[in-house]
Amino acid sequence: MSKKVMVSFRLNGTQTDVVVEPRELLIHTLREKCLHTGPHIGCETSHCGACTVDVNGMSAKSCTLLTVQADEAELLTVEGLAKGGELHALQEGFMQEHGLQCGFCTPGMLTRAYRLLQENPNPSEEEIRYWMAGNLCRCTGYQNIVKAVQYAAARLRGEAVETSHPLMAEVSAH
Amino acid sequence: MGNIDANLDRLAALEGMGCSRKRREDPRFIQGKGTYVDDVKMPGMLFGAMVRSPYAHARILKIDKSRALAHPGVHAVLTADDLKPLKLHWMPTLAGDVQAVLADEKVVFQNQEVAFVVADDRYIAADAAELVEVEYEELPVVVDPLKALEPDAPVIREDIRDKQTGAHGARTHPNHIFTWNVGDKDKTARVFDNADVTVRQEMLYPRVHPCPLETCGCVASFDKVRGDLTVYITSQAPHVVRTVVGMLSSIPESKIRIISPDIGGGFGNKVGVYPGYVVAIVASIVLGRPVKWIESRAENLSSTAFARDYHMTGELAADSNGRIKALRVHVTADHGAFDACADPTKWPAGMFHVCTGSYDIPNAFVSVDGVYTNKFPGGVAYRCSFRVTEAVYLIERMVDVLAQKLGIDKAEIRLRNFIRKDQFPFSTPLGLDYDSGDYEPALKKVLAAVDYPALRAEQAARRADASAEWLMGIGIVTFTEIVGAGPSKMCDILGVGMFDSCEIRVHPDGSAIARMGTITQGQGHQTTYAQIIASEAGIPASLITVEEGDTSTAPYGLGTYGSRSTPVAGAAVARASHKIREKARQIAAHLLEASPEDVEFDLDRFVLKGSPEQFKTLKQVAWAAYNNVPEGMEMGLEAVDYYDPPNFTFPFGAYLCVLDVNRYTGETRVRRFYALDDCGTRINPMIIEGQIHGGLTEGFAVAMGQELPYDEAGNLLGGTLMDYFVPTSVETPHWETDFTVTPSPHHPIGAKGVAESPHVGSIPCFTSAMVDAFAHLGVTHMNMPHNAYRVWQQSRSLGLARQ
Repeated sequence: MSKKVMVSFRLNGTQTDVVVEPRELLIHTLREKCLHTGPHIGCETSHCGACTVDVNGMSAKSCTLLTVQADEAELLTVEGLAKGGELHALQEGFMQEHGLQCGFCTPGMLTRAYRLLQENPNPSEEEIRYWMAGNLCRCTGYQNIVKAVQYAAARLRGEAVETSHPLMAEVSAH
Repeated sequence: MGNIDANLDRLAALEGMGCSRKRREDPRFIQGKGTYVDDVKMPGMLFGAMVRSPYAHARILKIDKSRALAHPGVHAVLTADDLKPLKLHWMPTLAGDVQAVLADEKVVFQNQEVAFVVADDRYIAADAAELVEVEYEELPVVVDPLKALEPDAPVIREDIRDKQTGAHGARTHPNHIFTWNVGDKDKTARVFDNADVTVRQEMLYPRVHPCPLETCGCVASFDKVRGDLTVYITSQAPHVVRTVVGMLSSIPESKIRIISPDIGGGFGNKVGVYPGYVVAIVASIVLGRPVKWIESRAENLSSTAFARDYHMTGELAADSNGRIKALRVHVTADHGAFDACADPTKWPAGMFHVCTGSYDIPNAFVSVDGVYTNKFPGGVAYRCSFRVTEAVYLIERMVDVLAQKLGIDKAEIRLRNFIRKDQFPFSTPLGLDYDSGDYEPALKKVLAAVDYPALRAEQAARRADASAEWLMGIGIVTFTEIVGAGPSKMCDILGVGMFDSCEIRVHPDGSAIARMGTITQGQGHQTTYAQIIASEAGIPASLITVEEGDTSTAPYGLGTYGSRSTPVAGAAVARASHKIREKARQIAAHLLEASPEDVEFDLDRFVLKGSPEQFKTLKQVAWAAYNNVPEGMEMGLEAVDYYDPPNFTFPFGAYLCVLDVNRYTGETRVRRFYALDDCGTRINPMIIEGQIHGGLTEGFAVAMGQELPYDEAGNLLGGTLMDYFVPTSVETPHWETDFTVTPSPHHPIGAKGVAESPHVGSIPCFTSAMVDAFAHLGVTHMNMPHNAYRVWQQSRSLGLARQ
């Protein structure tokens, strides 16, 4: 077994030190050592993006990074999105637009979308679909995820937004 | 009681049935605070890793675990020899067969479980699994189910080689599992002999996999001091698992606690018991420490319940007007090496006999032969509703084939054969009683919404243009589902009737806790069950906590699969709510000093008839239930209901797909997909829509790209996400959804299941559109998946692509 090394990074704004083997994947460090179990593991071929976190301002699949590579990094996980008890616009958007079901892809989707909206604050539907293509979802068929990202984008641009699933629409129609 | 508009505020506050209520599950999931199995961490917890077979069929000569055991951090290496004294090297399956937990004398599919390594962490466990040395002697392999019953075919199951009767009747060959017949064979044959027109079509529904984003896993913890066992597990039927674990371990069920926590999608993959669960439990019992087992994606795709693998031959007999007179079907079902197909005990081919579809077909006969092959077990999974996917695919394809032969439009032939609204309840020749339906308006609504005549005109123009690069295909499917298993006389799981249950307890402050015997895997039960209670008992949904999945607290139920939650547990929820409401009404009458007959329920309160200003709210009643009840009445306000459904529910749908297909590359573009679903009373339209989107996306994946092929040596090809097609947001089409409402007459709230409908219905719709693109050239069927390469081959064979 290889020697363990100490790695230091900022995780959701908190200075964090971990001792890991060089072969340890960042996703396992986050989940098992830092107890940030929001990011998930859905594959071992780097396709699904359930493990997506933000590393130094980039969306990264944390199953495909060694923890030692994250030394001195600035990391953001889904646990760091809400600020001061306030949900991030994306979290609100996913809830309002029903952009999640089992919730397993959701943390990765949210962190990816977080970066996407900084890269492109006013994306078209096509751009959202293309720029979210590193993240697989088995439940939603993506359509409401696109809407959720659009909802959040509009909110972040300061526009008034309404859910496309009004609470009482069908009841009052009858 | 009052007019709905005036009460809209009170209705909105209830967030009851019909509302697009936002989900109660979301706050934890969007903040990374869900609790899935691999999030569970227990003191002293160890990790297990499986050693798997590289061969599809081989004798095990020797297993040497010494190097693995000597590896630092390794606590145990289990093989079949360790399980034998406990009689756990084999386990029973839901299909009445047995499955090897750890391979004993031989392996019968690639990636079969051979040994289980338990270590300090998953890295060490993986290292040590590499150190287990297994010597094999290769045996000839059976991969083609159509050759499995040949006289000289290699015998896969030597353990039952001489057993002439299986769980489902006589066996005629060592690789024969069962033959299941339904319908009138002779009468059907006579109709075929005398029919104006007959058509016949072979088709394969390929082996695919549900591939939930979260794989299977568990944390087993046997407490040696207390003598009890707790297992966190990815199970869609935790109570059934408890019963099975009790039978296998001799631990009384009262000392077994099975917990299905948040599950990252199930899709039928997580119904059965897998060897990983069993060995984790055994390892925990042996070591007295918690043992976690989490499989990889490759393990999931190669060893847990697959779906489909039906080789079907369909035949229709009809008159010259396209009125169908008879259906005849033969299926060779590839079940892999063990029959672990999840089905009600009496139904080895599930509900395949719903294959007469939405049509008034007077005569039918179906025969299904199940066979063993050197592949991993499964069959029923992936939104199939117990083989309804296959049934709907068969009949919808056959109706298209018949339409093509007769030159009748695909929509028109369906309209000519539909069961009419006034024929319900409708008894089919294969023994099912459809509850309700109104098919014609549904199809007509879809045809109007997409302007079907214009699409056909455009297609005709495209076909007339010999230089057109893109072919155009229109697919139509009008399906009938059967969900909500099921009546206990017909349906049981290992002997337990397929009822389900609900328990509601109203607290003194008027809030409530409710638990059911089902278990959500993302379908939103924690939101929607509360909506039923809100409407039926008058408690605001926001004050109701819904829990499932913990066998120590939730009432016994059969779990969630086969879209059975709404039909069965949903009914139990409504009936338990009615019991609460009735007791509350009597308490209210007592408080109002009125006779119970003079008090009636109105949304969230109990009103004195004729004096709407005199009422008690449910909240007031709840408080009174704990201090001031009518004399002789038990205190408290709670109710339980175990619901044995009188019948299944039969939701239906009309789907239409428009495809553009490139004749030179085989590339396909879904131009339009319009899906109308009728699942009766709609509890939460937002959640239904999400179920539809997800199911249609799965259908797109199955029809257009997914497959798990085997080579001649029995190697599974494409068993990772490198090849296994899971669409991203880019490939996934935009979905259009619609609905009609035809309630189930026998269901307490008129609701039918729906979640599997989009998968069941969309797949034949894609094939229908694809075949339609080539139909003018005489193509009657193309086997899935319709990926670019295969479509290009079809195009080339017709001389359409550049040679």
